[in-house]
Amino acid sequence: MSKVNITINGLALQVDANMTVLEAAQSAGIDIPTFCHDPELTKAGACRMCVVEVAGARNLPAACTTPVAEGMVVETETERVQKARKTILELIWADHPHDCLTCEKTGSCKLQDYSYRYDVKGSPYQGEVREIPFDDTNPFFFRDLNKCILCGKCVRKCHEINGAGAIDFMNRGFGTKVTTAFDDPIEESSCVFCGMCVDICPVGALTPKQGLNQGRPWEVDKVLTTCPYCGSGCTFYLHVRNDKIVGITPNFAGPMKGHLCVKGRFGWDFVDSPDRLQTPLIKKDGEFVEATWDEALELIATKFKEVGAQYGADAIAGLSSARTTNEENYLFQKLLRSLGTNNVDHCARL
Amino acid sequence: MAGLATAFGSGAMTNTIGEIEDAKAIFVIGSNTTQNHPVIGYRIQQAAKKGAKLIVADPRYIELCDYADVHLQLKPGTNIALLNAMAHVIIKEGLADEKFIAERTENFAALRVTVEEYTPEYAAEITGVPAEDIVKAARLYGEADAAMIFYTMGITQHTTGTDNVLAIANLALLTGNVGKPASGVNPLRGQNNVQGACDMGALPNVLTGYQPVTDAAARAKFAKAWGVELSGRVGLTVTEMFNAAGAKEVRAMYIMGENPYLSDADSAHVRHCMESLDFLVVQDIFMTETASYADVVLPAVSWAEKEGTFTNTERRVQKVNPALKARGQAKADWEILVELAKKLGFAWDYSCAEDIFREITALTPSYAGISYDRLGVNGIHWPCPTPEHPGTTILHVGQFSRGLGHFSGIEHQDPAELPDEEYPFMLTTGRILYHYHTGTMSRRSKGLKFIQNEELMQINPADAQALGVTEHDTVKVTSRRGSVKSRLQITDTVPKGVVFMTFHFKETAANLLTNPETCPTAKIPELKACAVKIEKA
Amino acid sequence: MMEAQSYRVRVGLATCGIAAGADKTYDQLVPLLAEHGIVPERTGCLGMCFSEPLVEVITPTGDSYLYGGVTADKAAAIVEQHIVGGKPVEELLALASSAATENDHFMSKQHRVLLEHVGVIDPESIDSYLAFNGYKALIKAVNEMTQQEVIKEVQKSGLRGRGGAGFPTGMKWNFTYQAKGDKKYVVCNADEGDPGAFMDRSILEGNPHALIEGMTIAAYAVGADEGYIYVRAEYPLAIKRLRIAIKEANNHGYLGNKILGTNFNFNLKIKEGAGAFVCGEETALLASIEGLRGIPRPRPPFPATSGLWGKPTLLNNVETYANVPAIFRLGAAEYSKVGTESSKGTKVFALTGKIKKTGLAEVPMGITMREIIYDIGGGIQDDKEFKAVQIGGPSGGCLPAEQLDLSVDYDSLTAAGAMMGSGGLVVMDETTCMVDLAKFFLTFTQSESCGKCTPCREGTKRMLEILERITEGKGQPGDIETLEELGSAIRDSALCGLGQTAPNPVLSTLRYFRHEYEEHINEGKCRAGVCSNLISYFIIKDKCVGCTVCAKNCPVNAISGERKQPHEIDQSICIKCGVCYEKCKFDAIILK
Repeated sequence: MSKVNITINGLALQVDANMTVLEAAQSAGIDIPTFCHDPELTKAGACRMCVVEVAGARNLPAACTTPVAEGMVVETETERVQKARKTILELIWADHPHDCLTCEKTGSCKLQDYSYRYDVKGSPYQGEVREIPFDDTNPFFFRDLNKCILCGKCVRKCHEINGAGAIDFMNRGFGTKVTTAFDDPIEESSCVFCGMCVDICPVGALTPKQGLNQGRPWEVDKVLTTCPYCGSGCTFYLHVRNDKIVGITPNFAGPMKGHLCVKGRFGWDFVDSPDRLQTPLIKKDGEFVEATWDEALELIATKFKEVGAQYGADAIAGLSSARTTNEENYLFQKLLRSLGTNNVDHCARL
Repeated sequence: MAGLATAFGSGAMTNTIGEIEDAKAIFVIGSNTTQNHPVIGYRIQQAAKKGAKLIVADPRYIELCDYADVHLQLKPGTNIALLNAMAHVIIKEGLADEKFIAERTENFAALRVTVEEYTPEYAAEITGVPAEDIVKAARLYGEADAAMIFYTMGITQHTTGTDNVLAIANLALLTGNVGKPASGVNPLRGQNNVQGACDMGALPNVLTGYQPVTDAAARAKFAKAWGVELSGRVGLTVTEMFNAAGAKEVRAMYIMGENPYLSDADSAHVRHCMESLDFLVVQDIFMTETASYADVVLPAVSWAEKEGTFTNTERRVQKVNPALKARGQAKADWEILVELAKKLGFAWDYSCAEDIFREITALTPSYAGISYDRLGVNGIHWPCPTPEHPGTTILHVGQFSRGLGHFSGIEHQDPAELPDEEYPFMLTTGRILYHYHTGTMSRRSKGLKFIQNEELMQINPADAQALGVTEHDTVKVTSRRGSVKSRLQITDTVPKGVVFMTFHFKETAANLLTNPETCPTAKIPELKACAVKIEKA
Repeated sequence: MMEAQSYRVRVGLATCGIAAGADKTYDQLVPLLAEHGIVPERTGCLGMCFSEPLVEVITPTGDSYLYGGVTADKAAAIVEQHIVGGKPVEELLALASSAATENDHFMSKQHRVLLEHVGVIDPESIDSYLAFNGYKALIKAVNEMTQQEVIKEVQKSGLRGRGGAGFPTGMKWNFTYQAKGDKKYVVCNADEGDPGAFMDRSILEGNPHALIEGMTIAAYAVGADEGYIYVRAEYPLAIKRLRIAIKEANNHGYLGNKILGTNFNFNLKIKEGAGAFVCGEETALLASIEGLRGIPRPRPPFPATSGLWGKPTLLNNVETYANVPAIFRLGAAEYSKVGTESSKGTKVFALTGKIKKTGLAEVPMGITMREIIYDIGGGIQDDKEFKAVQIGGPSGGCLPAEQLDLSVDYDSLTAAGAMMGSGGLVVMDETTCMVDLAKFFLTFTQSESCGKCTPCREGTKRMLEILERITEGKGQPGDIETLEELGSAIRDSALCGLGQTAPNPVLSTLRYFRHEYEEHINEGKCRAGVCSNLISYFIIKDKCVGCTVCAKNCPVNAISGERKQPHEIDQSICIKCGVCYEKCKFDAIILK
């Protein structure tokens, strides 16, 4: 990759020639605010938060779509730039519900973060506001399009990554909204509920139903783990509060780039299904009776020893599990083999 | 996996998911990727949009067909004829990689001789795929600089399962598509830790890292480490276990986290066999259909309550970390196993999952260099022989695990059961996006249940019309082994004469119908093809 | 009778003529002329829209008499008096080659290169075009010149894009030529969307082959084999004539495969736009051709390197392409003699608004605004006082009387806060409120905003709301500053040219007419008497004779008074419709 020399905020940098100004800045640890940029999606240049001053340019170009060029001189936080960003934030504020106190997104909302950063105290613009009905018809997430800032990441994620293409822009200008074809309920659209739109929404327009009102971002522990469903091996962070899972964040930095499907994203609530087995059970006269661990394990050990003694070790067989961990599979086959049999298999064939 | 082991010497994905975007051609056969491995499906779509040629072979019009350059809509169970004909065209048109064949493979003559008679026209008769589409697919695959093949159970769950895999491996060997980036033969594993369970020796013929139980040296190594005597006799596979239980040869069974009552072919037979057991222990997180037959049920914790590792389909070892406390008195499977082992008189001493992992790495060369500390957010691909080794994304670079890649001459064979007058439909089974396996987890998820909570057997509109049934009608589906009732989804994604069911729903247990006839090598039942009749219920 | 047979009659049958009834005039003429063995010819817009329908009579000696306002009922007079009787119909005469008329000034200051044959040839006949050296430029380019030579010639001509921004055309061609690609496209932007602009339509309707010839030369130069004309569906006649022209050009080997027997292929298609203003923006236009939502994409990449379906694409507007045949016919050197140092050639303007002679005028670059408005356009209607001229459509700006002597060229206009734009000129007089004017254009751009980028979507909405407030008399201190700040933020940060220029009408009226804004806000006054909330009608008692006409016509009965006694308007009831003001014959009602 050929390199070019550029200067950002007085810092001389040598960067890949195919980078954008935003990427170059990020590579140097310079944070340029953006709502609509996502590294794996088509560059939209829609929100205009990332405008910067480039020497010689008439306007303020968007850093996310402007390629670097040899000798380019960029300033990312001049007064003119900050003024433009503040104006953009104020414009968004003018048509954004101000229910931050109870908004589920509080604490992880980019609109909040940037409004704080650019000292937005309110909006000087009063006028028409959108009044789109709140949508809670699908089981997985809420759609509050009045909070939507039309960055379009959800649309691009849906088309470019998932391929479902369930949502797109409807109407134009001030009347623009992101919705399904013919504005049908989302569960009647081609949506497959991967939730990737929810996870990249920078504001509170798309929020998961799971974990509602159960914890602010700063109150939850985030535990990195691996999905229990198919073999793709997606990883994500479980949000835990008070010994309950209250949400998840994809592992955007991981090998699966934070992509998920409906099962991994929303299908973890079986964990606290009320019919979880909680005690050992021994069948007596055709009925299961609660037992202590000691009773149950003693019984098993006795039976296995009896069968082994009477019919030989190969009269014992075990099915291990593709759902359990490596460590557990290892111990399972170790146990069976220690008993003297290789009768161990699992459902790889199914 | 036996097929790939024969051809290459190792039965895992040769390449990785991250390479998909760089592939020039992708051949997906017997895998409804967008439904069963959605995130890998995304990648394949993205590659296709970036210009990779996409070939899809599937009896159904699956979502990936929207992105495909050619869809080979073959009759269920005719994969070999199709693959042989593609090999035929590749050889005929000079698209074979002769240098690779000469330097890296053996037994090419067997393939050449076998595929000689598999002209596209001949294969068209068997498969129902137009000859020109077979030629097109062969060219797309054969001309690409780097081509990846993906398959899943649509290939393996046949009586010819192993042969199907060998026929796939032939194509990759023929075009030199092994041992380089964005190529290879890539079986996608259906469950979170199938790869790991296999790696860990939860198989009747091998110890960890595929060290054969028949290998005395390997046995000796493990016997020494474990302080026990080890049997050198290969054990029974799942299907064989149940048959043996039915025959009173197996008397006691220990089933950990599986639900064979719904997942195995010919459920009625499985149920009978389980009832024949003297003693059955089931360890699970829910009272599954299988657990209800147990003498003792042990409560295990869910994945969110324990520590350990999973190995994904591309051989990536990744951490599982505990987020929650154990529910009730439930314990992690490994804790239960340790306590049981102690009761049985084995001196096991593990205080945490990592203790076990350390023992695994000590006994398993392919895992030797991996440690919990090294896994981070990205995990490590095995083989990873030393602590300094970065892991291996591409297998068989420069040399196959078995030395030379092995060609096999494979002949087409019909499925064990074909439709006839009495059972005129071919039933094929699989999974859907919203549910998982026997539904133990997914059917306890509120949202997933909302989307779909019952079987909707797919049937072609023409067949539906002939039967006089309409969308969502209930029909009785009967095979030689059993009968279930199912509601219908009428869709032209299935061709005429073929119907599709999942095995997620116990109320419509598709495996009461399926054929337990197995592939003689891999012992995988033919879940993808059996003959059924359909009547209005 | 022999003499009569050699008369020729042309009827201007562009949309403007048809709207005035020219098609009925034509139908009337057909049987009347048939008696004398004459078939009337159809032609395009003759430019003098103020005088439609237009009929031109050409005498056997070659003298031209252009009749204006020839409605169907007047057709017979022309046939009988002029063609049979040999005597021109003086009272209908709009222009004559051998006699002075009051419209001479309309033509004399024009320099018609592009429009030379518009209004002369039959746009539905390729033979008619060929008769005036049609396709000679293409033949010369393809047969005698290399691709680079063609591009050099265009560069030498100094031609700049006529769509608005004035990018050097030859440079754009060269970029597209240099761009690597297995496939290239040539696209014409015929999505003329500015209110009051109809230059492109006149060319499409009057001389479609000039566009096709220009595009084909461009395709040859850049190496394209496929092209699209993106034309708005609201131009059905233009589309019809383009279809005919493309078909005929294909049949004659000027388009299609193996053009002029060479290996050069160029297949041209029409794509009808659905009328979104933003689709005139080049990236949105390309998205629309691709079948996608017509919204702009970020640039770079520019279409020259990655345009239609990601392939190198040359995109110019109608007028730009239509200039190309002239360049090759005249030679770049000759072509570039007209114009200024940096703006070569001519520009077509559509003159509308409070001007006497509305119509289409082609003028040399560098002419002054005063010449266009007063000499060509004949000055302001009713001889009112000129106030401003809006140039460049909703993206442009307005210029006040002080700028009347400004040279009309790309750079001078930009420096003065306006822009060349595509060539719409809207003239305003003292009865135009500049705040109301800004509101009018903002209403347009706001409703045409695609909604993709925040500044344009949200910003134009808020600017419009402030303007509405001011014109309603609810302006607040600080509104002007807010407009300026918001306007410059939008100009600085919007995604596409449309958004970036959307505040121009506000910013330029603020620059030249700030006092009108201040009057609205601070004094509650609209000097033009347009903003109804800010005006009141009063009856001057001394002048009122008590005729009661005003009271009878008032729709809300706000006027009371005894007959023959001065009347009075109840301001609490008055809705300021202005009917009384118009009806009063004694100038007794005034506006304050």
